[in-house]
Amino acid sequence: MPVPLRRKGGERVNNPYLPYPVRIDDIVVETEDKNLKTFTFVFLDPADEERFAYRSGQFAELSIPGKGEIPIGIASSPTEKGFVKFTVNKVGLVSSYLHNMKPGDIMGIRGPLGNSYPWDILKGKNVVIIGGGFAFTTLRSSIVYMLANRKDFGKITVIYGARTPGMLLYRDELMAWEQRDDIDMHITVDGTNDPNWKYNIGFVPTITEKKAPQADDDTYAIICGPPIMIKFTQPVLDKAGYAHDHIIMSLENRMKCGIGMCGRCNVGKDFVCKDGPVFTLAQLNTMPKEY
Amino acid sequence: MKVIHIHKTEWQGGLDKARSGYGLYGPVRQGQDDPVFRPLGPGEFPEMSFKNTKMSPKELVHPQSEPLFRYTLDPQAPDHDILKEVQKDASPKALLAVRPCDADAFLLVRRNFDTPVYKDPYWVTAYESFTKIGLACNQACSATAFCTSAGSGPFSDAGVDVLLVDTGDAYLAKVITEKGGQFLGACGFSAPAADGEARIASLREKAEATIASFVHTDKLREQATIELYDAPFWEDVSFACINCGTCTYSCPTCWCFDIQDETRGKQGVRMRNWDSCMYPLFTLHGSGHNPRGTKLHRVRQRFMHKLKYYVDKYQDGIQCVGCGRCIRLCPVNIDIRNVCNMMNGYTACACAAS
Amino acid sequence: MSAKIEAIRQIARRLLSEGKVDMVIGFRRGTLPMMNEPCFIRKAEEADRLVWDSHCGINLANYVTDRKERVAVVAKGCDSRNLVNHIIENKIKREKLVVIGVCCDGMLDKRLIASRSREEAGAEVDAVEDANGQVTVKAGALIWQAPREELLQDNCKRCRHRNPVLCDELVGEPVAEKTEDDYEDVKRIEAMSSDDKWAHFEEMLSTCIRCYACRNACPLCYCPTCFVDESRPQWVGKSQDPIDIRTFHFLRAYHCAGRCTDCGSCERACPVGIPVRQFTRKLNKDCEELYGWQAGLSLDQRPALDTYSPNDPNDFIR
Repeated sequence: MPVPLRRKGGERVNNPYLPYPVRIDDIVVETEDKNLKTFTFVFLDPADEERFAYRSGQFAELSIPGKGEIPIGIASSPTEKGFVKFTVNKVGLVSSYLHNMKPGDIMGIRGPLGNSYPWDILKGKNVVIIGGGFAFTTLRSSIVYMLANRKDFGKITVIYGARTPGMLLYRDELMAWEQRDDIDMHITVDGTNDPNWKYNIGFVPTITEKKAPQADDDTYAIICGPPIMIKFTQPVLDKAGYAHDHIIMSLENRMKCGIGMCGRCNVGKDFVCKDGPVFTLAQLNTMPKEY
Repeated sequence: MKVIHIHKTEWQGGLDKARSGYGLYGPVRQGQDDPVFRPLGPGEFPEMSFKNTKMSPKELVHPQSEPLFRYTLDPQAPDHDILKEVQKDASPKALLAVRPCDADAFLLVRRNFDTPVYKDPYWVTAYESFTKIGLACNQACSATAFCTSAGSGPFSDAGVDVLLVDTGDAYLAKVITEKGGQFLGACGFSAPAADGEARIASLREKAEATIASFVHTDKLREQATIELYDAPFWEDVSFACINCGTCTYSCPTCWCFDIQDETRGKQGVRMRNWDSCMYPLFTLHGSGHNPRGTKLHRVRQRFMHKLKYYVDKYQDGIQCVGCGRCIRLCPVNIDIRNVCNMMNGYTACACAAS
Repeated sequence: MSAKIEAIRQIARRLLSEGKVDMVIGFRRGTLPMMNEPCFIRKAEEADRLVWDSHCGINLANYVTDRKERVAVVAKGCDSRNLVNHIIENKIKREKLVVIGVCCDGMLDKRLIASRSREEAGAEVDAVEDANGQVTVKAGALIWQAPREELLQDNCKRCRHRNPVLCDELVGEPVAEKTEDDYEDVKRIEAMSSDDKWAHFEEMLSTCIRCYACRNACPLCYCPTCFVDESRPQWVGKSQDPIDIRTFHFLRAYHCAGRCTDCGSCERACPVGIPVRQFTRKLNKDCEELYGWQAGLSLDQRPALDTYSPNDPNDFIR
């Protein structure tokens, strides 16, 4: 059930197409090819931040008047207050324009949208997070959330990889998590010439095979990554005994309204923006493979 | 329900009385062509004897091109880059002479725009501002109408506030909702009709008997979605299609749209325009990946959405009212009746054998 | 007509059973009067599905673009010119194509027949028969007749290439060809003042719903991304702004200049009956007058707008 855009106190028109005005507070270049930047936004009206109350796994439409909107997963965790963060890949019209914007610029955010990871089910469970490339954004949100609520979860395992060290997102945070003993952090790259690289080298599916815990009723896997990574990781999880309703995935699709009205993101009877983007593999098995 | 008798000679006078309280909308003929639904100017009256319009009245509620917000990009303006909602006209309006199929179509579309979680303020405001005065069809509008087996019918009153039935020299006006009653009151129509219900029922039976085209939908719900999706007949169904989108534009139950920003100088508008699953761009990802990159995918999507996914989602009836427009207007004669019957009757093992 | 149907079926059966092609593209009977549906068959047994009559106005060359299989396609004169175009523009290889050419004496205009039926009988067309130069229309309680020349599609009335210009198999006897097109329909508009022309096109395009049926039905329009769909940069707006509607129609006509064979598919496909051929006809006339060029007549000549010759007329450059 998505968190609805509701006005509190009735003072705003309840228009789910209307974005909250925000100001860009900070921009950080994440990757060595400069195609990924993390934007920190601050709401112009502090009351909007409350209205934007979100859960990890949800996304928002970043709205630039004159250009359009793009659906981007929320990278910050609801436990981080005063701002929201998004990591955006430069791919098309709107993202390219966004990449050229500066701190202080005004734009809009619509959300939170989508159905988040199933935190009510995950409470008290062991969570295995498997991420690849720049699909790691909502996973960062999830990890920060879990660590801030550490006693609510069992064992936390993270396997995250990118092509090269320079392509990993949130490197400083990854290394900090790696040092902790309340989270099993496995950082990997496909390959590197860096002699000082002290983490894993290998594709995500390979590292998953080595490091992921065996399945049981209390262990859930959340996977987010490029289709090729998912294609090769799934058999690994199958072999380790993960039931398909214990494998949680987040889909991408072309979106415009983000609220299940414009019709374009449907996969079968479901809208990826409203009934998803989070689905279990068991659900996906019953849906046409049109995503 | 109350049935009011309106002599045709008093019809226009009554409408004139209502003009002060309602904006009147209805079909207007332009030359020899099919009439078009539009606002009626002062002194203008709706066409009351027509089969059906070429384009449905959906554009009165869901315009083809609709501004949602305005913005200014002028950095000197205090509210630059902040979207301002365009207010919709919520004044009372009457949609006159809407056919029952088109009125029922609005109900199917409403499920999309008015949900427990999100409400589309533009569509809902526009829809609720209309009092729908339906005009029953005394006979099938065309050989391609299949409304009775698609959940609607020539005398269906589920989507209207008043159903008018043409008896030759008069209209019997069946009052379905209070809103409808109010409109008739504003026109000054109040004479009760003798045996109204019985006469309507008999005309209804005659009308329904003239519908000569049917589809079978009884097995659609139990069909396995993925099996239908993988059925081998899609290549044959989709071959002729040119992905022009005419079916989606003329269909009263199609509602997909695109959102675009257009700026002139420093002022701009965020608008929405009708879009179509028939177009290749509809599902194109920024990365270049297109889940519906082939014509087959897109044609299949249209029929699966109308006849299966909607059934899966809402568990009652197809997303089609049998108006027949897509059949009449398709430039290559792809016929939804054939596709529906194929989908309804499909069994995976039978096809595999052939 | 039934002789042509039999001939088409026999040829299709032979080509498929001898393995000369993987697929035959033709028409099958439609579900409405005056309509047929483009279809394909892969097996010789399916040949009986194919039909041919005076309602085969759709240009089947549209279904041949970029195909990798060996294809046989049923083609009238205009369609065959589009196939020549396709070969010249590398949209299909000559050796992959078998052209089942049909000598055509013109297709009937379904809109004309429907509106006359509505006028005279107040009814929809139930059936149309075309035999011996006479068309018999049954509409409701009325039956009316007219000579078929009166009821032809406009482009068929003017057509100068009824016999296929390229074919591997021939169906029917060659028909007499007109030798001249007076372009009177274009001259009428050319004679208008600028203001009158503007008003004329504004009114004509006022019902356009941007469905792109005209573009999609046209065999020439095969760009992977049409200019109206580009976003970086965005050339054309997507709303109902009349400026954008005009831009689409004018530019599309120019993209077809020197290539259009006046097959009429665009007008046939338009759901709101806009006579879009007015644009392409003007450009066809210009090409013929300036360069002596008609599209798709020969595999050996590059199209006029593809080539430059020092004595190309240039008096319009001021």
